[in-house]
Amino acid sequence: MIKDTAKKIYIILIIIFMYAPIATLVALSFNASKTRSKWGGFTFKWYRELMANEEILQALMNTLLIAFAASIIATIIGTAACISIMGLNRKSRAIILGITNIPMLNADIVTGISLMLLFISLGIKFGTGTILLSHITFCIPYVILSVMPRMQRLNPYIYEAALDLGAGPVYGFSKVVFPEILPGILSGFLMAFTMSLDDFIITHFTKGAGVDTLSTKIYTEVKKGIKPEMYALSTLIFITVLVLLFLVNKAPLDKKEQAK
Amino acid sequence: MKRKFCFLLILSIAFPYLTGCGNSQTGKNGQVVVYNWGEYIDPDVLDLFQEETGIQVVYDEFETNEAMYAKVEAGAVAYDVICPSDYMVQKMIENNLLAEINFGHIPNIENIGQEYLAQCRQFDSENKYAVPYCFGTVGILYNTTMVEEPVDSWALLWDEKYNDNILMQDSVRDAFMVALKLKGCSMNTLNREELETAKEDLIAQKPLVQAYVVDQVRDKMIGGEAAMGVIYSGEVLYTQRENENLAYVIPKEGTNVWIDAWVIPKNAPNRENAETFINYMCREDIALLNFEYITYATPNTAARALIEEEEIRNSPILFPDLGQYGNLETFQYLGAEGDALYNNLWKEVKSE
Amino acid sequence: MNKKKMLGIPYFIWAAMFILIPLFMVFYYGLTDKNGAFTLENIAAMALRGHARSLWRALYLSFAATLLCLALAYPLAMILNSMNIKKHSFIVLIFILPMWMNFLLRTLAWQTLLEKTGVINSLLGLLHLPPLRIINTPYAIMLGMVYNFLPFMVLPVYNSLEKIDRNIINAAKDLGANGWQVFVKVTLPLSLPGIISGVTMVFIPALTTFVISKLLGGSKILLIGNVVEEEFTQTSNWHLGSGLSMVLMVFILVNMVLSAIFDKKGEGSAL
Repeated sequence: MIKDTAKKIYIILIIIFMYAPIATLVALSFNASKTRSKWGGFTFKWYRELMANEEILQALMNTLLIAFAASIIATIIGTAACISIMGLNRKSRAIILGITNIPMLNADIVTGISLMLLFISLGIKFGTGTILLSHITFCIPYVILSVMPRMQRLNPYIYEAALDLGAGPVYGFSKVVFPEILPGILSGFLMAFTMSLDDFIITHFTKGAGVDTLSTKIYTEVKKGIKPEMYALSTLIFITVLVLLFLVNKAPLDKKEQAK
Repeated sequence: MKRKFCFLLILSIAFPYLTGCGNSQTGKNGQVVVYNWGEYIDPDVLDLFQEETGIQVVYDEFETNEAMYAKVEAGAVAYDVICPSDYMVQKMIENNLLAEINFGHIPNIENIGQEYLAQCRQFDSENKYAVPYCFGTVGILYNTTMVEEPVDSWALLWDEKYNDNILMQDSVRDAFMVALKLKGCSMNTLNREELETAKEDLIAQKPLVQAYVVDQVRDKMIGGEAAMGVIYSGEVLYTQRENENLAYVIPKEGTNVWIDAWVIPKNAPNRENAETFINYMCREDIALLNFEYITYATPNTAARALIEEEEIRNSPILFPDLGQYGNLETFQYLGAEGDALYNNLWKEVKSE
Repeated sequence: MNKKKMLGIPYFIWAAMFILIPLFMVFYYGLTDKNGAFTLENIAAMALRGHARSLWRALYLSFAATLLCLALAYPLAMILNSMNIKKHSFIVLIFILPMWMNFLLRTLAWQTLLEKTGVINSLLGLLHLPPLRIINTPYAIMLGMVYNFLPFMVLPVYNSLEKIDRNIINAAKDLGANGWQVFVKVTLPLSLPGIISGVTMVFIPALTTFVISKLLGGSKILLIGNVVEEEFTQTSNWHLGSGLSMVLMVFILVNMVLSAIFDKKGEGSAL
């Protein structure tokens, strides 16, 4: 019994540690006084000001657009790559997968500067395009990472049987292989999407004039002095993530449990 | 299969362009890419400019002259108008990064006071490259409820009483200026011994410093986070409005008199729009509007005359009579080697 | 078969273009000077006092943060694992959720909490307790690291614990092992892949961070990540910055090798 209570207390302490900062941001977003140390009453003012703040909204748009585009492209390229990697011999497969691991294991700062050096030496102007290219680059490995295991579990004879029975390669793929690897593709897409949303460091080195994602926007705001609109924004993000996560995670997790 | 492959390839090539276009709708008269200090313009001024000229403003901000230079030198982003400080303008001229401004397109230059154009000649000897935007001094902003003795010297920033209550500038030249002036040296010195002493002084000061910041000084001072901080005179009016206990002083050892100016880089893609922008910024009503927002002293004499409050128009902090102070200097560009020397010493201070 | 291979071509080109060539560019810049001549100076520069100090500081801070993460995460993962199955997804979700908040916002929140006139100190003031003075000290940076990277430790450790067959533990108990012995001889070795992968995932971002030290250290505490970042964004000495990053990559390489040895199946790294 004591052990159970101790366990619960431990979990609660960690939860407090994890959520205290977020709770603070939420509380401050309703604080009418501009200084952090004083409670000046409850207000929705910062939310109204946030809605009128075009720069922040534009940054939000950019973030979502880039994350969406990057993760879709990364999913397509990554899935195609998986199909082809399966056909390679052991040695070249190991090499390709080794290279794929680089962006995941390397420090973000090194990936960021290496891409910056590449774009500069190619003479590409920094802007949305360079951010997108970089994001696709670090998203693809996550797609491959989650599609590959599904691919390996696939029974190759089923696909060949489908071909023998007269299916064309495209038809055979879409009817036999694709449904099998779909969960991997979806989770790869989601992972890529999240990684892109959350990235700051690589964007910091590859962004151009006037193009900000939320991360880089927050970084400049923080350096200038934190505005209460930022608290409002973080509250909104938190609530959105909370809702989305519950919706998204409910379905696949249930399935996983059934599979056990 | 082949068709699908082609489709993928096209998609992967086309996507960046699609999203790229979606984001930067240019105005009907093209665009102008502005690179300015953080919180250094009234956003309304930018909106007005877009409305009046049909030129879309792409706006980007930097925190220090050095960060700006790194970005421009890399050439990865082509800016049309930049607002560096004196020594950085000089560095950019010497490194052949700036284009001469066609003053025929900037009739409003006549609003700018002659004395400021003269000051610009220190780094732009023939007034060919730069149009002054703001000017001021560097001094100590202190909280009168937290500092008892009279503030008149940089030495106070080394007073152990104010441990953890001091804010220093997080930029190499400004930080060294304070330490060099304290010892009565020139802030443009290349003398190894003087710099070594300054470095040692900065290291000795470090335990007392709460944080090295740039734009955050003002919010921290307003919030009562620190007792004193090194700040640009342009922030004084704003900070005093928000917190009446703040006062500003130019230390008796002298300080930096700086001037920030608009320049056009050589690789500017929209040079004419850049000139339209600079001319617009020099218009007296616009300069006044802008001044009221950013509260940095304007060299635009026509705009200054329009300031209604007499105390602000003749504020000794914003528009000081420089004759009454000794040891005032303006930063000079010290050459690549000088830069490297300062940077290395600064890194030693920061990593200590 | 040939057509299948064709499908990989976009990625192979992509990987060469955006993974390999950029890395070679870092090597190229790191091994040359401003005139393009070969030099080892940029790498040797790590031994200079300022650089060595910031590297050393980053190493011990990230090492301490990693240990702290492990010390916090391991019991947590064990408790989570011992709990009722049905709550699993929910509880795990609770610990992943903060990770989906923007990383800068999370760090910003700590700044707000820890500042001199911040939330914690206001609360302490109300209770007439002495203020907490850790903002702009190495402790604040360590706290920021632990907070930001804790989920990266919890998840792999939890995953590897979850995979341990209950029967093995029961067998050990039947054979007379006490709780401590079961832990040391069975649970711990079997969860090693998770630990290693967690350590990798915490140590590298902590070692190379420049944001946490900037936001919570008041720019007073320079880590090697800050040095590298400033070489690119302030002093524009790409050669030096690249040389220093190459030294950093040695640590990453060691980590990669370690994780490859212990985590062959890649089980720990799945989130």
